Amino acid sequence: MTYLAKPRLHHPELPKNKLGYTHRDYEGTVSTLCAGCGHDSISGAIIQAFFELDVQPHRVAKLSGIGCSSKTPTYFLGNSHGFNSVHGRMPSVLTGANLANRDLIYFGVSGDGDSASIGLGQFAHVIRRGVNMVYIVENNGVYGLTKGQFSATADKGSKAKRGAVNNEEPIDMVMLALQLGASFVARSFSGDKEQLVPLIRAAIAHQGAAFIDVISPCVAFNNHPGSTKSYDFVREHNDAVNRLDFMPTRTEITADYAPGTVQEVTQHDGSVLRLRKLHEDYDASDKIAAMTYLQQRQAAGEVVTGLLYVRPDADDLHQLLKTVDVPLNQLGEKELIPGAAALEKFNASLR
Amino acid sequence: MKQSFPPIERVNDFVVKFANVNGSGSASANLLFAKSILRMGVPVAPRNIFPSNIQGLPTWFEVRINENGWRGRRGGVDLMVAMNPQTWDQDMKEIEPGGYLFYDSTKPLPASKFRDDITVIGMPLTEICNRQYSDARQRQLFKNIIYVGALSALLEIEPEAIAELIGELYKGKEALLKPNVQAMHMGRTYAQNELDWPLGIKVRRTSAVGEKIFIEGNSAAALGCVYGGATVAAWYPITPSSSLAEAFARHCRKFRTDVATGKARYAIVQAEDELASIGIVIGAGWNGARAFTCTSGPGISLMQEFIGLAYFAEIPAVIFDIQRGSPSTGMPTRTQQADIISCAYASHGDTKHVLIFPQDPKEAFEFAALSFDLADRLQTPIFVMMDLDIGMQDWLCEPLVWDDARRLDRGKVMTYAELEAGKDFGRYLDVDGDGIPYRTLPGTHPKRGSFFTRGSTKDPYARYTEDGATYVDNMQRLLRKLETSKQYLPKPVRRDAGTKTRFGAIYFGSTAPAMEETLAALAGQGIHVDTLRIRAFPFHDEIADFIASHEQVFVVEQNRDAQMRMLLVNELAIDAAKLVSILHFDGTPITARFILREIGEKLAMFNVMPLRKVAP
Repeated sequence: MTYLAKPRLHHPELPKNKLGYTHRDYEGTVSTLCAGCGHDSISGAIIQAFFELDVQPHRVAKLSGIGCSSKTPTYFLGNSHGFNSVHGRMPSVLTGANLANRDLIYFGVSGDGDSASIGLGQFAHVIRRGVNMVYIVENNGVYGLTKGQFSATADKGSKAKRGAVNNEEPIDMVMLALQLGASFVARSFSGDKEQLVPLIRAAIAHQGAAFIDVISPCVAFNNHPGSTKSYDFVREHNDAVNRLDFMPTRTEITADYAPGTVQEVTQHDGSVLRLRKLHEDYDASDKIAAMTYLQQRQAAGEVVTGLLYVRPDADDLHQLLKTVDVPLNQLGEKELIPGAAALEKFNASLR
Repeated sequence: MKQSFPPIERVNDFVVKFANVNGSGSASANLLFAKSILRMGVPVAPRNIFPSNIQGLPTWFEVRINENGWRGRRGGVDLMVAMNPQTWDQDMKEIEPGGYLFYDSTKPLPASKFRDDITVIGMPLTEICNRQYSDARQRQLFKNIIYVGALSALLEIEPEAIAELIGELYKGKEALLKPNVQAMHMGRTYAQNELDWPLGIKVRRTSAVGEKIFIEGNSAAALGCVYGGATVAAWYPITPSSSLAEAFARHCRKFRTDVATGKARYAIVQAEDELASIGIVIGAGWNGARAFTCTSGPGISLMQEFIGLAYFAEIPAVIFDIQRGSPSTGMPTRTQQADIISCAYASHGDTKHVLIFPQDPKEAFEFAALSFDLADRLQTPIFVMMDLDIGMQDWLCEPLVWDDARRLDRGKVMTYAELEAGKDFGRYLDVDGDGIPYRTLPGTHPKRGSFFTRGSTKDPYARYTEDGATYVDNMQRLLRKLETSKQYLPKPVRRDAGTKTRFGAIYFGSTAPAMEETLAALAGQGIHVDTLRIRAFPFHDEIADFIASHEQVFVVEQNRDAQMRMLLVNELAIDAAKLVSILHFDGTPITARFILREIGEKLAMFNVMPLRKVAP
């Protein structure tokens, strides 16, 4: 980590987005994570994604649990409200926040300890409820803050820094998310910003539960030979099934793609996901095929990345609960309180 | 059988207990019985004593008929309607000498199964049903209505009142209405022709019910949530709190559905567990919606970590604790007041919470509505401490009232305009000196007022810190806030005996009806006790004053460890010897008889002689 405070001044010609905000307006305080931490790259990708999407930072609520990854919301979107909740319970807090005001963007950040161990239950239920959110797991296979214990996503047979071997089966968050009905599921790598930024943009634009598992090497405790979450291992075994071009609105295809190599998905808000296929047969709209493919490649020791599944017409929790369009936290006495006359009638029904 | 004890003769003052088999459809027939008496203007206090079971285990329904309107359980039974062979021996023992037994005499029972000091009324219910109905389910269900009909003759309940209720129950369902009325008359006619009627105990029409309403505490509390402006509810099913969440859903469908669009002005989530329930409530509260969860003791245990977060990060939340027999699974369908300590000091570290104690469904409604103002005003979890007896039983109460001029108190929320005008915002800054800081809601202002909420230590501007002095300041401010809370909390209700006395009694919650009845009885014996009903924690100064102004103070509560007394001694630094516990914790609601006996025994120790003998 650095002890230097961020300078307030910045270059007068920093590029601005449509709202007139610069990149700096999407930053937070200086990271206190280790130098080279994958999580910082993810924070950078998040900053870039929101900048490019022209989102007003204060319209985002960022929520996290406990752990290294859960500290990161301090390091991006300094003008957003943030909530560092309790270990493994970010999903429920996010659900409540979302119910209170459907108009904000809910951005959940968690880690593999936070989501795959202590918070596995809440992870499962927030996904199956279809809460409209982005849920990122910054997955490094270890507990960083408590100094390197294996987490539940550590692969069987992978080695800890001091040589201990993990004998337990890993939990694959992507497979779980698919099985539990997430309508947007992706996996990426903190070392591949080009792949990650469009995925985050698409996830933000997605209506429903959008889950991204980002392999994010822990330079302090899990970046050595024998680890399956190291920079080297992931680079060597990265099997990207597609490359995503995210377009807020539809644009003409100008490049000359071979037939069958591009898949386009229009989301609820009109944004278009153009998937350039790297595997001809991979169809991001076919959940069952996706699950089969993931299991096959995982058995072969590969890390499958890309936009793995998307269902653009999913209903989110508010639609399922049929809540009013006005955010619930903005309703006043008139909309909420039935009044004295109604109470008198109620009394009369109890005599 | 020759009776060895004179039969009880009383009008509008007796207890009927139905012993049934769970799942046999008896509950609705028994409630019909209770309500028909209400329709005659005679107050009743019914209690459903049910097992943790869906079908097969014993269940009881006790109805206290009392023209004075005493709502507590009396203890003892004047008429036992024994419909469950499993519990026959136990039920037989409960009948008061001179009482009555009504039973199904289809199969003859040996004389040894009866008592000679009671009046026995046998009616061959099964035989009548088998003759009348061919369908097994009908035989079972109509048996219940038939005995209600028979009882109407024996106790002189007006059949019109029963028929009227059946009519309301099956409105628009003629196919059910007619046979039910017929079954009732069949039972009634049989009793009139074949049995000795009326009994010594009878119902006589009066006007003691008046405008009062008959309502379950959970339903009243849920309606209080509607009137309190709650929009988010998250819960996990647990007896005896589930019916609060279900009632909230019912009231919301009725009162909170947008007429034009059919859309809901509320959101209810049945969460995966209590941890998620309170998490959802905290998330919603943080984001400016009024939110609550309802649970019971085990749920409170599960919520501990989150409650500490809401306390320390200062997030509004409302928690209804419908207390039940504890610890562990305990007696899940019985009542207790045993979560006082676990709620008052919930979570790890130095925490202290606001508790409010309604005494009945009417106060449950009022306190529920109030709790959301308190949560927003104080920015902390508010516990509404109910119990099974209030929550799941129907109580006769004064009508619920609402003042249309009342506004929701949203507490200190800084607005866009204030932020825009450059007003200094520090999330944990004690601007007004009352310990309550200002908050902002997410999404308010593009550049100002955002902050990071966390469970770790922070400075007044919500910045992470590990500085000891800053931590201490913050913890002291939280105490200041708790002190401030008292001005918003329901004050204790003090009632002085007409005569100056050395003795006081403190009670709270569902003990209230039994206590009121006790006082009346004591006064009748010439014993004077001042009383104070606690309605909130942290304790108002009046509570310390009350204790100080008496030599001995009884603290009546429904748990083993005298938890309220513990809290009083601890918080008010009181000489423990001054507080004498009266504890009732067998899972049944406390009775006036019990309190009278306990107080009588204890007063004897203090050499107080009643003018008349204390009732058994």
